[in-house]
Amino acid sequence: MNLLFKIAFRNMLRNLRRSLMTGSAVAAGALALLLFGGFAAYIFAGLETNNVQRIGHLTVFRAGYFLLGAGNPAAYGIDHYRDVIQLIERDPVVGPMINVITPTQSLVGIAGNFSGSVEASKTFLGTGLIPSSRERMRQWDEFRAAPGYVPDRRMSDDDPSRGEIGVGLARVLGLCGPLGLHGCPALPAARPFSAATKDEAQHDLTELAARDLSADAQGSNPTPQIDLLAATAGGAPNVVQLAVAGAEPQGVKELDDNFVAMPLGLAQQLVYGRGEHKATGIVLQLHRSEDMQTARARLTALFAQKHLDLEVRDFGELAPFYGQVKNMFSAIFLFIALVMGVIVLFAVVNTMTMNVMERTNEVGTIRALGVRRAGIRSQFTVEGVLIGAIGASVGAVVALGVAALINHAGLTWIPPGNATAIPLRLDVAGRAALVGGAWLGLAIVTTLAALLPANRAARLPVVDALRHV
Amino acid sequence: MARAAVLVAAATAANPAAAVVRLRQIAKTYRSGTLEVPALRGISLEIPSHRFSVVVGASGSGKTTLLNLVGCIDSPSSGTVEVCGEEIAALSDDALSDFRARNIGFIFQTFSLVPVLSAYENVEYPLLLVGMPQAERRRRTLAMLEAVGLAPQAHQRPNELSGGQRQRVAIARALVKEPQVVLADEPTANLDSATGASIIELMRRVQVQSRTTFIFATHDTQLMSHADQTFVIRDGELVEHRKGERQ
Repeated sequence: MNLLFKIAFRNMLRNLRRSLMTGSAVAAGALALLLFGGFAAYIFAGLETNNVQRIGHLTVFRAGYFLLGAGNPAAYGIDHYRDVIQLIERDPVVGPMINVITPTQSLVGIAGNFSGSVEASKTFLGTGLIPSSRERMRQWDEFRAAPGYVPDRRMSDDDPSRGEIGVGLARVLGLCGPLGLHGCPALPAARPFSAATKDEAQHDLTELAARDLSADAQGSNPTPQIDLLAATAGGAPNVVQLAVAGAEPQGVKELDDNFVAMPLGLAQQLVYGRGEHKATGIVLQLHRSEDMQTARARLTALFAQKHLDLEVRDFGELAPFYGQVKNMFSAIFLFIALVMGVIVLFAVVNTMTMNVMERTNEVGTIRALGVRRAGIRSQFTVEGVLIGAIGASVGAVVALGVAALINHAGLTWIPPGNATAIPLRLDVAGRAALVGGAWLGLAIVTTLAALLPANRAARLPVVDALRHV
Repeated sequence: MARAAVLVAAATAANPAAAVVRLRQIAKTYRSGTLEVPALRGISLEIPSHRFSVVVGASGSGKTTLLNLVGCIDSPSSGTVEVCGEEIAALSDDALSDFRARNIGFIFQTFSLVPVLSAYENVEYPLLLVGMPQAERRRRTLAMLEAVGLAPQAHQRPNELSGGQRQRVAIARALVKEPQVVLADEPTANLDSATGASIIELMRRVQVQSRTTFIFATHDTQLMSHADQTFVIRDGELVEHRKGERQ
């Protein structure tokens, strides 16, 4: 074995220029794979962190909500959700895995702003949540991929009337001025209601809101107010007022134009009125993502055991964008790997074929001395693998250096689905699976590439090889 | 044909029990497309052990083919080859490799040393193939290099040695494992006459010391004069077998 490596190494040095060219191709392959792999790994970590901070790892729904609940969330409320939360928290398997467990209420309705000169309304997608739980969830950063936690005190457990909306919705509702948002075009002038319209829409949002607003002293509260109209679980219309503490860009325009976050109590009041308050979801944020499938399986078993009509969904199902982006980057990575693999394959095959041709007489000699066919095969394969291994190692070292340079260059970018720029990072260091995988992959490709000419050398008849000039 | 039969009888008559190589009705035909070129035509002979035997003949007479068959690196079209008591046709390719590693040493016209190994490593190579322990390998390699007068050049690569020195390394490599048969194909053809003479002298001395069977293919008259046995081949047939003065 020692002799095998000695001969392989010396032959590599003997054809130094050729070995360098082939090794460079392998190194370039490793560099491309690792840099893109590091970028993709960072994207995955960033997307996962973003999702887990927003919607947790797992959400418990009433069965059927995931597929049908969007049309009428109120109809899929979880009964006695506090008991369910307690059941989950006390479970010896899932309990210790939980970082945050919190109920949420989804709802749809119409938001309106009828303050003074503005008269605007828009459908909304609302989420009722517990502000302190949301803040704790926003601090989750298992992969150190978050841009840095900045506390958001605009919503508070102590003020059940304050919420946030998407920037797009704020724009449509004419709240840019009061919220200090820039770049909003002026709203078109509101058409006065005709008498006929008023008669036809007695129970219309405008009327309800107008009645509510007439009781308010507009301008006495610096926080702008909007009215939220929704149908209760019983089907009756209900209206609450929300103090808009701020507007937050949502990254996706459709969501930005519809988003309303409000305290859970307010959402429940809007959806359930004076009836039993329920929750459409129980969000679980775990300490570690790797526990997600274990926790999910355990919860499913637990609900079945307790005959609870509940189901568990993970963030990948709730935010399919995450999976789509991950699949897209994985496909690009695979494509790059294939291209690099083919380049490396041809480079190594070419080099090893030339080596075999040049050393045919040597092959005949050592076969005559008693080396078996397998020995010849091993000899040339080891040479190919050695070039591949050294090339891949050099590529990995260069990739680590380039990644470190880029990470310290202060570059930023806006990832898909994000509203704000975040630092550009290449997660190569510390990604043992990525580095090891790329290295091993290239080593396997070079081994396969070397095997072809090595096999040809091994099959040469001894006398023909000895006759070769 | 009658003359050939007499020669075969003469070649096989001398103490068959001591023969290290036995060829019976060996024929070898090379094919080049549809063209068939006979290289050996029914040769039978026995080569006694511990002798300095020479196969002579003109270029293309079949000397090298004969040596290749004896060296187990080629197989006959018909006939049987027996070397060191082993019927070669019965051995698999791996078994043949192992057989060569243990029993046969080669000296080539073009030296055929492994260029990336030093003289020491080239000589040590056959011992690695038979799995000899390191201490014994070292002892034998150094002794062999000493015997061929190349101890000072032990760590030089082949490209740093002269032609004569390279052939000495090749001789040392062929003999270091103490094989039963050493085959040398035109070992002096690439050397000047003085160097060739010293190489022949060296081989003869080593053969006498080690009592190894040497079989040469050559048309070097110097070499022929050292032969114990001479086999003359013409057009693929054995036409003469004569014993030398030393026999």
